[in-house]
Amino acid sequence: MGQVSLRVAKARAMVGRFGFPWQAAPVPTGVAPAPSTRQLGADYDTAWARRYPARLARAALLEGVMRPTMSAIASPDRRGLDRLDDLDGPVVFVANHHSHADTPLLLTSIPEPWRHRVVVGAAADYFFGNRFSGAVSALAIGAVPIERTKVGRRSADMARDLIDDGWSVLLYPEGGRSPDGWGQEFRGGAAFLAIRCGVPVVPIHLQGTGRILRKGRTLPRPSRTTVTFGDPLRADDDENARAFAVRLQAAVAALGDEATSDWWQARRRAHAGTSPGLTGPDFGAWRRAWMLGDRNRGIRRKRPRWPEL
Amino acid sequence: MSNGRHLAPRPGFVLDVDRNSPPIVFHHGEGFRLEKLPAGRSRVIYPAEPLEGLTDPDGAIRHALDNPIGDSEPLRALLHAGMKLTVAFDDISLPLPPMRRPDIRQRVIEAVLDLAAEAGVDDVHLIAALAIHRRMTEDELRHAVGDRVYDAFAPDGRLYNHDAEDPDGMVVLGETPHGEDVQFNRRAAESDLVVYVNINLVAMDGGHKSTATGLSGYTGLRHHHNVHTMQSSRSFMDQENSALHASNWRMGKVIRDAGVKIFQIETTVNNDTFGREGPLALLQKREWEWSTRDRMQFLAMKAGLDVMPSSAKRKIFSSWQAPYALTSVQAGEVEAVHEVTTANVYRQHLVPVEGQTDVLTMGIPYICPYNVNSIMNPILVMCLGLGYFFNLYRGRPLVREGGVLIMSHPTAWEFHPVHHPSYIDFFEQVLADTTDPVEIERKYEKQFAEDEWYIHLYRNSYAYHGVHPFYMWYWGSHALQHLGRVVVVGGDPAAVRRMGFQPASTLQDALEMASDVVGPQPTVTHIKNPPILMADVS
Repeated sequence: MGQVSLRVAKARAMVGRFGFPWQAAPVPTGVAPAPSTRQLGADYDTAWARRYPARLARAALLEGVMRPTMSAIASPDRRGLDRLDDLDGPVVFVANHHSHADTPLLLTSIPEPWRHRVVVGAAADYFFGNRFSGAVSALAIGAVPIERTKVGRRSADMARDLIDDGWSVLLYPEGGRSPDGWGQEFRGGAAFLAIRCGVPVVPIHLQGTGRILRKGRTLPRPSRTTVTFGDPLRADDDENARAFAVRLQAAVAALGDEATSDWWQARRRAHAGTSPGLTGPDFGAWRRAWMLGDRNRGIRRKRPRWPEL
Repeated sequence: MSNGRHLAPRPGFVLDVDRNSPPIVFHHGEGFRLEKLPAGRSRVIYPAEPLEGLTDPDGAIRHALDNPIGDSEPLRALLHAGMKLTVAFDDISLPLPPMRRPDIRQRVIEAVLDLAAEAGVDDVHLIAALAIHRRMTEDELRHAVGDRVYDAFAPDGRLYNHDAEDPDGMVVLGETPHGEDVQFNRRAAESDLVVYVNINLVAMDGGHKSTATGLSGYTGLRHHHNVHTMQSSRSFMDQENSALHASNWRMGKVIRDAGVKIFQIETTVNNDTFGREGPLALLQKREWEWSTRDRMQFLAMKAGLDVMPSSAKRKIFSSWQAPYALTSVQAGEVEAVHEVTTANVYRQHLVPVEGQTDVLTMGIPYICPYNVNSIMNPILVMCLGLGYFFNLYRGRPLVREGGVLIMSHPTAWEFHPVHHPSYIDFFEQVLADTTDPVEIERKYEKQFAEDEWYIHLYRNSYAYHGVHPFYMWYWGSHALQHLGRVVVVGGDPAAVRRMGFQPASTLQDALEMASDVVGPQPTVTHIKNPPILMADVS
């Protein structure tokens, strides 16, 4: 994303050599600049991306590019889709977040009737920082800007309106990709939205995407992944967003346990309150990384042996 | 049929055929026939439309487990750490055709295991209660219990098929007052609790039969799977008048008295066999309600099926999974539970019919309980027609004593060599000698039942037990005793004659043959099944 901005700036500088009218005239000294009309960040309007031409293009992109790409690099094993069989209407999907591959993987995993009527909550400061990346994000994955650095009504109101219009919302309550392979604490936004709109939340656990395109990596590396859908959850009558978010995090953690062991063991640990946490142990960085390797032992890539001399 | 609109489902009814009545669709194996029935003396019994399914099946299952029927505590109270728990479930023969995922068994078993996990139960086994049916393959087990349960229990051998010939795995619990041995799966017998998960497709299923038959073997089964029991049942689908039912109930009491605690979970499904949408939906519609699209679709489908090789047709039909919906779930003490279950089965299946008929016609479909993912061989055609469909009555048989039964099925001389090896020998050797069930039972049953090779194939391959074709033949023994003649329309003449029946090329020919037995201008009743119906004959 930074490189894109740099290139845009260089192109502007090149065009700028020709001066006005090729370049905008500067504001005269002593004149107050007009209020900015640029709608970026949380103000970016994505309504156009939910009209039929854009949806058609997105569907073509999803089925024609993302699906084969994900099949090739992620070899997804999709589990628990039957848990959505009795579900109807808009829902909030929440998942743990390791990689840029998460969204295309989820968009190709979420079943009908939600697949082509889902928007993705994307960091307003990151994806909608300029018009180009905002347009690409809105078109390709149906992204809508969500404030993650401050509390704002705009994101929440927009998400509510979308759900009222029958759209489902995919959110990553951790607020960003994992920095070290372990999950992060869930924030309350997804839970708040579900309570406010009275819709169920479908917890999803993603296993293995961190190896494909983890934070800091630019080129994807093929790896096996597991997408585990959980039972839809609804907030209890007296449950607030914070408590519901804790429950959602526990549900995703239990799904992670199910993906790495089996359903029976996971249920037993869930009932006993001993499911391995999503955020990992409270150790130093190297021990956390060490344990992560242990957790993924079954699907680690084999390295070529040292040649025999 | 509601054509997708949500109208109240209509009950089954009887159509009196007149000159304006359209030809009726007959099932004909992996195909169909359109038959014009004689006007003025024919009637067609149509099944009820599918009842509405429960809106929250998982919620209903949890409610049933927490609120048991009869003398039983909630399942939650019966589970505790350190106990030995066995979950047994119905095998591949239910429901028919197999239902779309998630299978009801998966829903129920997950709910049961979730409670067991909460209680900290370690020792859990899951057993496919298949008696002497063939073993279920991994794919079939996965379909029934779901991938989550399969992956958690099968790899270390805690999910498996019942083995009725395992000398160490079976135990005789006692004897009924009628001298019937009660043989039972040892693991289930030694468990602190057996949870049975049933799908009740027809009135014969469920109750004590689930465990007394499903977890038994030849030593126990021979006491009720015999000619005398079948000929004494009027019918075996009607519990009040079923000797099969009575024998299973006696055995159930012995099992209970032996200290085996059973928590029975029974479910019923609606009649949505072919779906409200899709290529087979027209089979659930009444012929005069077919749209233009339905008619064109039927013509195209029939033309295609008529020229297709049987293996291709079989593959297509075997891939069909019914969108059955759960109509009830009840749990608790076996007999109390089964009473409610039976009422729910009748709610969907019973159709009142006045009086008997001279000739009963039926189209035999491509599937019966014993050829799922397999071949419908001639013995199974006989079993489905003369066993199941003939016995789908309450009160009196649909056809009068000495009447004629006309079945429509290709009845090819074809057997699945892996699933039905003993059927081949039964057909070639036993039926070539005699078709009399009593004679067959006396002369050949023991030899086939104790044949080491058949036992080996049953235990280690995917074969039905050596004695199974005998039971199929006995299943039709009440009908054989009752009827004056059986005619098969469109069947392989050699295979049909081998079974002692008469082949006919067309329904008109078959009706001509029938009039030789029942006289000219006979009354005709067609039972339009499936979707399943049960005639309540007054």
